[in-house]
Amino acid sequence: MTVTNSNGNADSATATITRAVPRVKTLKELAAQEEREKRFQGGHSLCAGCSIPVMVRSVLNTIDIPVVVVNATGCLEVATTRYPTTAWNVPWLHVAFENAAAAASGVEVAFRVLKRKGRTAQELGFELPGEVRVVVFGGDGGTYDIGLQALSGALERGHRFTYICYDNEAYMNTGNQRSGATPPLAHTTTTPVGRESLGKLQQRKDLTEIAVAHHVPYVAQASISHWQDLVRKVEAALRADGPSFLNVLAPCQRGWGYEPCLTVEIARLAVETRFWPLYEVVEGEYRLNALPKKPKPVSEWLKTQKRFAHLLKPENRHLLDELQLQVDREWEKLLRRCEGRVLEV
Amino acid sequence: MLEIRIHGRGGQGAVIASKVLAGAFFREGKWVQAFPAFGVERRGAPVTAFVRVDEEPILVRCQIYEPDQLLVLDPTLIEAVDVTQGLKPGGLVLINSERPPEAFSLGDYRIATVDAGAIALKHGLGTREQPIVNTAILGAYARASGLVSLDAVLEEIAESVPLGAEANRAAAREAYERVRLPAPAPAAKNA
Amino acid sequence: MSAIVVPKLEEAELLTGAQAVAHAMRQIEPDVVPVYPITPQTPIIEEFSQMVADGLCDSEIINVESEHSAMSAAVGASVAGARVMTATASQGLALMIEILYIAASMRCPIVIPIGNRALSGPINIHCDHSDAYLARDSGAVQIFAENAQEAYDYTLMAVRLAEHRKVLLPVLVNLDGFTLTHSAEVVQLLPDELVKEFVGYYRPLHPLLNVQRPTTQGPFDMPDFYYEHKRQQADATLEALGVFLEVQREYEGATGRGYRGYFEVYGLEDARFALVALGSTAGTAKAVVDELRDRGQKVGLLKPWLFRPFPHEALREALKEVEAVAVLDRALSFGSWGPLYEEVASALYPSDNRPRLHNFTYGLGGRDVTPEQIERALTLIQDPKLPRTMHYLGVRA
Repeated sequence: MTVTNSNGNADSATATITRAVPRVKTLKELAAQEEREKRFQGGHSLCAGCSIPVMVRSVLNTIDIPVVVVNATGCLEVATTRYPTTAWNVPWLHVAFENAAAAASGVEVAFRVLKRKGRTAQELGFELPGEVRVVVFGGDGGTYDIGLQALSGALERGHRFTYICYDNEAYMNTGNQRSGATPPLAHTTTTPVGRESLGKLQQRKDLTEIAVAHHVPYVAQASISHWQDLVRKVEAALRADGPSFLNVLAPCQRGWGYEPCLTVEIARLAVETRFWPLYEVVEGEYRLNALPKKPKPVSEWLKTQKRFAHLLKPENRHLLDELQLQVDREWEKLLRRCEGRVLEV
Repeated sequence: MLEIRIHGRGGQGAVIASKVLAGAFFREGKWVQAFPAFGVERRGAPVTAFVRVDEEPILVRCQIYEPDQLLVLDPTLIEAVDVTQGLKPGGLVLINSERPPEAFSLGDYRIATVDAGAIALKHGLGTREQPIVNTAILGAYARASGLVSLDAVLEEIAESVPLGAEANRAAAREAYERVRLPAPAPAAKNA
Repeated sequence: MSAIVVPKLEEAELLTGAQAVAHAMRQIEPDVVPVYPITPQTPIIEEFSQMVADGLCDSEIINVESEHSAMSAAVGASVAGARVMTATASQGLALMIEILYIAASMRCPIVIPIGNRALSGPINIHCDHSDAYLARDSGAVQIFAENAQEAYDYTLMAVRLAEHRKVLLPVLVNLDGFTLTHSAEVVQLLPDELVKEFVGYYRPLHPLLNVQRPTTQGPFDMPDFYYEHKRQQADATLEALGVFLEVQREYEGATGRGYRGYFEVYGLEDARFALVALGSTAGTAKAVVDELRDRGQKVGLLKPWLFRPFPHEALREALKEVEAVAVLDRALSFGSWGPLYEEVASALYPSDNRPRLHNFTYGLGGRDVTPEQIERALTLIQDPKLPRTMHYLGVRA
């Protein structure tokens, strides 16, 4: 780990930046883990270019101990468990759309109680593992919207589990209906662009900050494009003695409207344009995890996706400017919270 | 079957009284049932509770509409509520009051009174505005009814009144001594 | 005549139904209890929480933020491999319903005491059976208790019924809100060791926590398999009929408490006119039957303990000699007959000698259920010309 000081971004209110570079699993190590355990296998029916399996593999291959996955209803659940097939080689549970965090609470407590009671293989009919990590995957629909209450309750109760939201910014499993995560002015099938409308008229909700407000030990925002950062965050989340929450940007080629080969690039652009800042909140302390040297205008990201095509028309120039202002304002707010702390891999 | 209806105001302990009274009868080998008239209870609002006592298991579950006996924890209820509604002729009415039984003309009933408020205060139960009279009135009931022993009432108080059991027992004991009993019932003369 | 299981007075205690159920939970000592308070279930979970806090019971309570999450956490813990209980009432059960269906389809043996209470709207906190009827088609087994003693005994039996390999379904133990949950009565508990021996350890069939043998639970089921799975669930639910009797026999063997059959019959042997009623109302109905029989009327009562699965054949056999039946429903199925009436009607349909059948709605939203109302039903059905419309007891015109 190296720590260096340098000057902050010119816009930043703070002058000193602390950079720390921790070691994370290498690609080779992740691949070895994948080879060894094959926790998540191919043959599922997620779309070509889908970002979700990229994220799932990164997460599962980061974890060295037994893991139990709880999945909210959504793309990942539907496409990986069509009976009688499954892509999962780890214990996996799906109950419903809005309750993944609550179901995970039950799994976590069950393990802890059976362990505490010292239940033997003879009593239970199976051997309890020495340790287990409960990981939840839910989309933005199942997390920002219909599952928010269950998530809030589980975070407040302090269960030791890691909730990972794969945020593709709309209900993509059912064909792109708007969610609380859909950015303003995006076209979705329920906020269509038309003669009288320019897409979603509302702001997106800041779920990462909502999670932070629960005062849990670890909250982070990540992107599938920055895999080392994601891997480090999964490790940090698993170390946390209590609930942890990761909000991972997960582009959807169908819903966003781009060529399947561009998924990672578009995710990266979201970070570089500062639309989707990478940061983490450890025991309440904010750290920035990506400080773009030359931030790009948000239009660079928007123009890659059909859902924003209408914003590129000359007559909508003012809307683009407004979005840029919003991004800048949010970025400034985040920088103030980070007080110059930057931790990049 | 013996059916008792208890009238009180929210905060006086009518519901606890029903349970303690049922418990006292239960100690003496009776089958019992105790329950409140279920409502949203508010401090000061009229509260009703019921006790059934029998020599065999009790099947019926409805509220008591024709009680054999009444316990009235607050004499002002007599003005506010038709407390004797359905009371069987000659039935005992035990009222928490400093006045003598003759002061109440409620009809063809056996009226007994006890100054449970003063007794409760003397033993530090509740406040001047709201003395907790439920245990005192049960001591008086043991004497006035003659159907359950003071000992059973005292034992039940010791077991089921979590705070200040000793003061509550003392109040019950004193009320047992001080209850003012009715003149012999006219019905008894005719019998 | 008296109740089937009469407590021994000298060994009994004075407990509310809620306390009796809490004691059953303490003795069962479930691993996980996710729960949310709601009147009139609240005293159950308050009593139980105190028992856990006092170290009398080694269970983990999850104080969730809603009944929806209570049921969801219950499914998670049950699938994981733990023994799970929860408890609720009314709106709470309504909020659980979505996940109760899933719990049944995932074959989670979760035991759930219900303090029966009317469903909103209008909002009301008192007893009726609209909450239980709402769960009718969920796939959960449903038992109704007449009194606190039955609520206690059936909560214990429910564990064995739920966890039986042929069944593996959630079991709701219905006890009337307030009338049972909040009334103190004579209850005889069993010794702790005896209960522990009777319920034994829970050995899950496909525990999620068995990481050596990973399972995918709750997968996406399309038209090519969904139907077969529902058929299996239907068969398992019917298996509960036989297992119910088996568990009753084992309970009697272990405790001497002889609950026998799907329902209790009271004065039915030579009855010309019969009542069918669930829950605490059966107590008042027994008192009415006693009184009318003293007056020479041949009347009787059939009180189902098991409502789901419904014991159609046994009920047909039990009612084959009567002339007329009054089925009492403590909730409405708007636009149709009451749910209990429909069961009795479908049970009697294949009979060659069908009695006249009438449906009475009663006691909605905690309306007090008096002997007069029940006597009225028994009197009305003696008239062969009584119209076959819904009759309402105890309601103002």
